[in-house]
Amino acid sequence: MTPLSYNFAYLDEQTKRMIRRAILKAIAIPGYQVPFASREMPMPYGWGTGGVQITASLLGPDDVLKVIDQGSDDTTNAVSIRKFFAKTAGICTTTLTARATIIQTRHRIPEHPLGEHQILVFQVPIPEPLRFLEARERETRRMHALGDYGVMHVKLYEDIARHGHITTTYDYPVKVAGRYIMAPSPTPKFDNPKMNNCPALQLFGAGREKRIYAIPPYTQVVSLDFEDHPFHPDRHDGVCAWCGADDSFLDEMLTDDRGGRLFVCSDTDHCEQRCNAGHRGLQASASASSGGGNGR
Amino acid sequence: MYVAVKGGERAIDNAHTLLAHARRGDPQVPEITVAQISQQLTLAVDRVMTEGSLYDRELAALAIKQARGDLIEAIFLVRAFRATLPRFGASIPIDTSRIEIRRRISATFKDLPGGQVLGPTFDYTHRLLDPGLATGAPLPDPSTARAGCEPMPRLTDLLAQDELIERSPPENPGARVGDLTREPLEFPAGRDVRLQNLTRGDEGFLLGLGYSTQRGYGRNHPFAAEIRLGDVEVEFFAEEVGFPVPLGRLTVTECDMVNQFRGSATEPPQFTRGYGLTFGHCERKAVAIALVDRALRTRELGEEAMAPAQDEEFVLSHSDNVQASGFVEHLKLPHYVDFQAELGLVRQMRAQAAAPALREATP
Amino acid sequence: MDAEAPLLIADRLTKTYGQRRGCHDVSFSLYEGELLAVVGESGSGKTTLLQCLSTQLVPTSGRVLYRMRDGRTCDLAALSEAERRFLFRTDWGYVHQDPALGLRLSVSAGANVGERLMAIGARHYGHIRRTAAHWLERVEIDKQRIDDRPEFYSGGMRQRLQIARNLVTGPRLIFMDEPTSGLDASVQARLLDLIRRLVYGLRLAAIVVTHDLAVARLLSQRMMVMKDGEVIECGLSDQVLDDPQRPYTQLLVSSILTP
Repeated sequence: MTPLSYNFAYLDEQTKRMIRRAILKAIAIPGYQVPFASREMPMPYGWGTGGVQITASLLGPDDVLKVIDQGSDDTTNAVSIRKFFAKTAGICTTTLTARATIIQTRHRIPEHPLGEHQILVFQVPIPEPLRFLEARERETRRMHALGDYGVMHVKLYEDIARHGHITTTYDYPVKVAGRYIMAPSPTPKFDNPKMNNCPALQLFGAGREKRIYAIPPYTQVVSLDFEDHPFHPDRHDGVCAWCGADDSFLDEMLTDDRGGRLFVCSDTDHCEQRCNAGHRGLQASASASSGGGNGR
Repeated sequence: MYVAVKGGERAIDNAHTLLAHARRGDPQVPEITVAQISQQLTLAVDRVMTEGSLYDRELAALAIKQARGDLIEAIFLVRAFRATLPRFGASIPIDTSRIEIRRRISATFKDLPGGQVLGPTFDYTHRLLDPGLATGAPLPDPSTARAGCEPMPRLTDLLAQDELIERSPPENPGARVGDLTREPLEFPAGRDVRLQNLTRGDEGFLLGLGYSTQRGYGRNHPFAAEIRLGDVEVEFFAEEVGFPVPLGRLTVTECDMVNQFRGSATEPPQFTRGYGLTFGHCERKAVAIALVDRALRTRELGEEAMAPAQDEEFVLSHSDNVQASGFVEHLKLPHYVDFQAELGLVRQMRAQAAAPALREATP
Repeated sequence: MDAEAPLLIADRLTKTYGQRRGCHDVSFSLYEGELLAVVGESGSGKTTLLQCLSTQLVPTSGRVLYRMRDGRTCDLAALSEAERRFLFRTDWGYVHQDPALGLRLSVSAGANVGERLMAIGARHYGHIRRTAAHWLERVEIDKQRIDDRPEFYSGGMRQRLQIARNLVTGPRLIFMDEPTSGLDASVQARLLDLIRRLVYGLRLAAIVVTHDLAVARLLSQRMMVMKDGEVIECGLSDQVLDDPQRPYTQLLVSSILTP
């Protein structure tokens, strides 16, 4: 068999062109899910193929790529995707949010504010915010086309009637540019405000479901709520044990079997930069040191 | 003191090395070859080609070896490879009436022109484990005879001559055919895309759905009119030379199902059809496809769609095992951030339940 | 802008299924505040007619004209799907024979009634809830049950909830398909009484399909009798019921069991 060789960033140019056209259409219609012909990628559907296809279509040789999963650069899937692009595109990779031009993320938005020169690519499992209220694709497409979103607010009303408040804690639905209701991907609701009026371009890729959508820079993004039950970006009431941050999203770590717990920043780069700048929490970690990681 | 977990990259590299060793197994045992898989695990190769949508026995066999025998993993490998291949066009539709028959049976008539040809089938074997296979006992030669030149017309064509079965849609060779691998699936789906989806779909899933129609979930009274297995030529119309050029031969299995008759305002009753086609000898799959194809025609035939097998969105959205396994298995990925958000809420609600005065009252 | 013009006009409405007739050549005008009963046995075409009038079925021929809130009279077939859906959410109601079809059984009564309000932009939970409670009271459902799901309601209660859900946006026209069939006689009587009070109290126009002449007598001012897809007799309900002209109508009337 002949040895196989791949194009820059794996995808062939025709496919990249097709995806870029879908991206442009998505940017032109903020929050609207554009169907696209997702390709089979070398990683399974459900493991970031949508995000990978967007990133592959946008990467150029001078780009610097950061990949995070649950806010961390070192989780296995983030590592796997970063290595994939290092191998197929040979571009610089980084863990420093501020240095990246493209950031591919699963389930978190970086704490560090993004700039106009950056693109944030989200991995999306279920792009349809109405999916669990209406299983049928034909019906949800019609609902979006007609702006028929009553059923979404029925769900929120029901939460308040039953529990006293809205019970969605992640993948919290938003209205984009006053028109389309959108699923932000399973980021915690804490991250929702970051999407509003963001200087960076935000792109959302669902490979298995074959949809791309976008929030152009400086676009209004509003979390759904009621006037008398306004949206609130919840966070655990505590500080990071390592860097002392009291305003970042915290991960809970179980340290022993007697109820011992530690809360630390979910965004590992954010935590590391704070530690490097001298901030300390109550249990500054021995391993918070190695500086920004660049590498091929 | 708690130390942060790092070293995900090294862990992955080590896992891959370990996997390669697990794949090899005991080094004392001879390594399995791609040729052995292709020749002796033929039906596995056939399935991987059919659901991988790529006709290449050697590649499919390699994928099975690389996947350690996990066929869905092998199908994934083949699909991912297929996605990188350049395309130069579509072939002329294969003519299954010209299949070089190795097997041809019909359940609807005891005898028919061309006869019943059993071929290499498990159908009438007794399922008794054969230890002889473990030692490799010599095989008797198969019996031979002169190939008959009696024509083998398709049974459905014979029924159509008497107008007993609905007409096939008129031939339209220039018509655009949808391509599921190039366009996202949209509903309602045309029959071309539907059949592609079912052919690529997981055999187990389709088998279960086909089975359900026989047990009353959308019954359509199926009869196996004809099942054919054999080789057929694939041709490509080359503009440069102006005539069809043969590309090679495929082994295919075709199933024609005859189903519940129905009349309409303009037509007296006729039988309706279901159809299935697979690469290699995936016979069970071809029959299952035909059953589900017919079930999904309820809308087109004016029948009430009440059962899961008749629900187009349900069937076509969940038939792809590469997509399904990807999403099912993605649950193994870290979800601790979303879980953290849920934990927060549950704790909050429990705290509220313990302090009822704080509960937000409703008018 | 003629408030005395008809609210709804059916013009030679016909629906056929191949050889089979759904309804044939039906014409009438309906005025604001008027309740028209369409009476017939099953297979008479009355439900087909209702579905054509409410744009759920596309007629084979004929038109349906409706006077919108701004006074324009429009051919409903000319409206876009968005305009039709908006009509359905605001100006019209449709009460299904089986309330399960017209309700969301798995969400609370309050959410069921509040949904239309939320669909047209209501965003204050407290107001939505108060409005829902108000309508539950008007259809004589204990407002303590506002958070209960209708899957736990009786048939009669579900039907009343369906009516509340339809009335919350102040529609001008209600379609009802056998609103009381399948219910106990006493439950029926109460429900009919409620419907009559609500419809007349709110000056609603309504088209009620029923096989039950007693329902027609109780609710409607005018009625049409259908058989095999045709309107065979129509007129003031009292007149038709007291002095039926056609043999079929006479047969129907004579078979009412009088208490």
